[in-house]
Amino acid sequence: MITYIIRRLFAALVLLFIVSAAVFAIFYLIPRLAGATPETLATRYVGRAATPETVHLIASKLGFYDPIWVQYGRWVKAIFFGSSYDIGTGVEHCPAPCFGYSFLTEQPVWPDLVSRFPVTLSLAIGAAVLWVFFGVSTGVISALRPGSVLDRSAMGISLAGVSLPIFFTGLLSLLIFSYKLGWTAPGGSYTPFTENPGEWAYDMLLPWIVLAFQFSAAYARLTRAGMLETLGEDYIRTARAKGLPERTVNLQHGLRAALTPLLTIFGLDFGLLLGGAILTEQVFSLPGLGKYAVDAITNNDLPKILGVTMVAAFFVVIANLVVDLLYAVVDPRVRIG
Amino acid sequence: MIGKTRVLVAGTAVMALGLTAACGGGKSSSTSSSSGSSAKPAFNAALNTVYNPSTKKGGTVRMANSGDWESLDPGDMYYGYEWDFGRLYGRSLMTFKSEPGAAGNELTPDLATAAGVPSDAGKTWTYKIKPNIKFEDGAVVKTADIKYAVARSIDKQVFPDGPAYFDAMLNWPAGYKGPYKSKGANIDSAIQTPDDTTIVFHLKKAFGGFDYLAALPQTYPVPQAKDTGANYKQHVVSTGPYMFDQNNLGKNFSLKRNPNWDASTDTVRKALPDAFQVQLNGNADDIDNRLIAGSLDVDVVGTGVQPAALGRVVGDPTLKAQADNAQQARLWYTSINGNVAPLNNVDCRKAVELAADKTGYQSAYGGALAGGDPATTVMPPTVVGYQKFDLYPSPDNKGDTTAAKQALQACNQPNGFSTNISYRAERPKEKAAAEALQESLGKVGIKLTLKAFPQSAYFSQYAGNPPYAKTNGLGLMINGWGADWNDGFGFLSQIVDSRVIRETGGSSNTSVRDPQVDSMLDAAVATTDANARNQQWAAIDKKVMEDAYILPGVYSKALLFRSKNLTNMYVQQNYAMYDYASLGVA
Repeated sequence: MITYIIRRLFAALVLLFIVSAAVFAIFYLIPRLAGATPETLATRYVGRAATPETVHLIASKLGFYDPIWVQYGRWVKAIFFGSSYDIGTGVEHCPAPCFGYSFLTEQPVWPDLVSRFPVTLSLAIGAAVLWVFFGVSTGVISALRPGSVLDRSAMGISLAGVSLPIFFTGLLSLLIFSYKLGWTAPGGSYTPFTENPGEWAYDMLLPWIVLAFQFSAAYARLTRAGMLETLGEDYIRTARAKGLPERTVNLQHGLRAALTPLLTIFGLDFGLLLGGAILTEQVFSLPGLGKYAVDAITNNDLPKILGVTMVAAFFVVIANLVVDLLYAVVDPRVRIG
Repeated sequence: MIGKTRVLVAGTAVMALGLTAACGGGKSSSTSSSSGSSAKPAFNAALNTVYNPSTKKGGTVRMANSGDWESLDPGDMYYGYEWDFGRLYGRSLMTFKSEPGAAGNELTPDLATAAGVPSDAGKTWTYKIKPNIKFEDGAVVKTADIKYAVARSIDKQVFPDGPAYFDAMLNWPAGYKGPYKSKGANIDSAIQTPDDTTIVFHLKKAFGGFDYLAALPQTYPVPQAKDTGANYKQHVVSTGPYMFDQNNLGKNFSLKRNPNWDASTDTVRKALPDAFQVQLNGNADDIDNRLIAGSLDVDVVGTGVQPAALGRVVGDPTLKAQADNAQQARLWYTSINGNVAPLNNVDCRKAVELAADKTGYQSAYGGALAGGDPATTVMPPTVVGYQKFDLYPSPDNKGDTTAAKQALQACNQPNGFSTNISYRAERPKEKAAAEALQESLGKVGIKLTLKAFPQSAYFSQYAGNPPYAKTNGLGLMINGWGADWNDGFGFLSQIVDSRVIRETGGSSNTSVRDPQVDSMLDAAVATTDANARNQQWAAIDKKVMEDAYILPGVYSKALLFRSKNLTNMYVQQNYAMYDYASLGVA
């Protein structure tokens, strides 16, 4: 088991390296291949009336005159050994892991990522609890009463949940529940859990529900399909023939088998969310990693884009590893090694 | 099993907590409710008068920004809202009057005791500052702090975003790069401080409007001992009525009262609220919804509501009564490139001016309320020196095809001609404007082909790059310009002076090349009498229009939403948004 985990972690490192190289190439190499010069790249990071001298100074400061591989090597080196940055009055050191300095704000990226992660974690955990609970419950109930009014209603609602984009449901929910009824917090509200758990939950409630609505819809449909398939299996009939209570048959035998594919999806979804629930954070103005990514992309702030991409990739890789390990728990037939 | 139970219990607890909090009613507002207002809401009520005047102190003004500050450092900011807001924590030598209407364009002393005294025919400007003005830590402000602030701001490697007027105009020693890189250099040739209350600026060339430069945030004093270079934005040392309380860059910041600010030295700021809270990087549509719902007081960017909210505000009489349609010192226009044949012929350029349907241009930018008014001059009406005229009149601003065809005859293109029109790909309004021109100019045989270019390289590589524009036949180029401050120099200098055009690209002037205009600009710049100077700006405007190098499209307007929670609201004309230095909480 330990060998397996070490092997997977090593593979994860290789994957992160490939991801970083790919992202770096997309944002640094491709524009150069398309004809962008160091000066045109630097134009994005100066004021509206910048002189050519200013543009040259900034291109030089950001290292755009160096070959691409040198720029990439500098970025990788900073992650392991830190980096130094001229702030005018002196030199500031960014300790490892240093994901570089923002081209626009001139602040180190890593503290930004660390400070924004709790927001994203709060959103992901709360929403995950809701969508797993409601999604799986709805799926189970629908599977046990296929074709019933309950089943059709649940699947109709879940279809809406899957189909409606969050920038629609989010803004509509804010308008109704926050601004018309005043039941939930307005957009842009976030209180750290450590400051006030009550306020934290109040602020996050609507984002949780909106995000969970979309996910739980998909989980309900997946659970229903999995359960219906499982409940038709021979061993379920055998279990019933043995006289096991219906509850035990459905939950211990039926649901457990249907959970395996759900676990895979959950691992991917949760890992992705930890890297930033982009639309939800954007709609609710939550200062998490997703909003950070949107702002970074909007402003072409490459070190920020790289930083948040690496964090997102890390969580997806880790979530997949955890899911693989949990397979053995959910399905005894799976052996890891 | 134990693990699963724990997860279930924790999940249930979180949900219960959330539901309990939701039912509990939520946050207490940091301001009193809207009931404090006694003024009757009306459309444009805060345009030229103070809406809901009050002297009540206390409360918190809640602001939000859909983006982020370029920087909170006074040496590194260029947006109008940053300069408007900056007056809460910084004081410049001069500033704009905190008054509604045209008075808002007038300068008044802030740190200085009076306007600058010119000598040496406008090449030297001397200011005396008020004694005993203090920083937030109680230290007395000296002119050396202003000298240091201006000197550091020219280091464009550290402060790339701020304006470069001081860098270009002051008589710096050769090779001087600011106090960080040219440590200990004597800069008396540019700025002298003979005593703690006197500061003298020496210019390379005479500049009659230097008081406008003295109003830039770059003259907010910076104590050298507290300067942290690029990190100074994390804690700017205040001289204004407020100082930074919390500052989470990229997320939010707040201001609280500065105990060392003395109201008796300040005729500009009312300092009524106890605090300001600013949320950054919010969702623009949500910001509008919060404004309308009253859970937010100010969209600090001050460029008006988004298209999604526009219909709601205009269509609902109650909401419209809370709106102000503010004129901005901004022109949306099209450059007519005399480098591209046949537009090198003035009559062909005039044919474009005459055939253009300005109402189509107006619709492209959002109509009369969100877009603005059809324009006939280069300078917008709020710019000091503006004079109303129309050299190319047409019925209802829809274009005069008869006169345009006569102009085409005069330029030997009786059947019209073909050329390209460029616009920024990320700006749908510019595309719509290009399409509107394509339609109206097409009526007289001028065929336009639309060319989209990326915004980030529009001026450096494409429209603003003369060789590229000429080679690729960019005869018309959609453009826009806003004044750094509302006078002729602030508006015209970067878009009509041919000497700012760079063959390597990057200039905002993409078409005006007239040596006579350059000479007229030089004469106006050297004039120290403001009235005479304003007449000269108007003459330059007329000359550029006679040359037909610029097709004015729309004088920009914005629909601002006025909060019911606030008092003393009015549009400060220089910033074209609410005056943040005067706001109070109802």
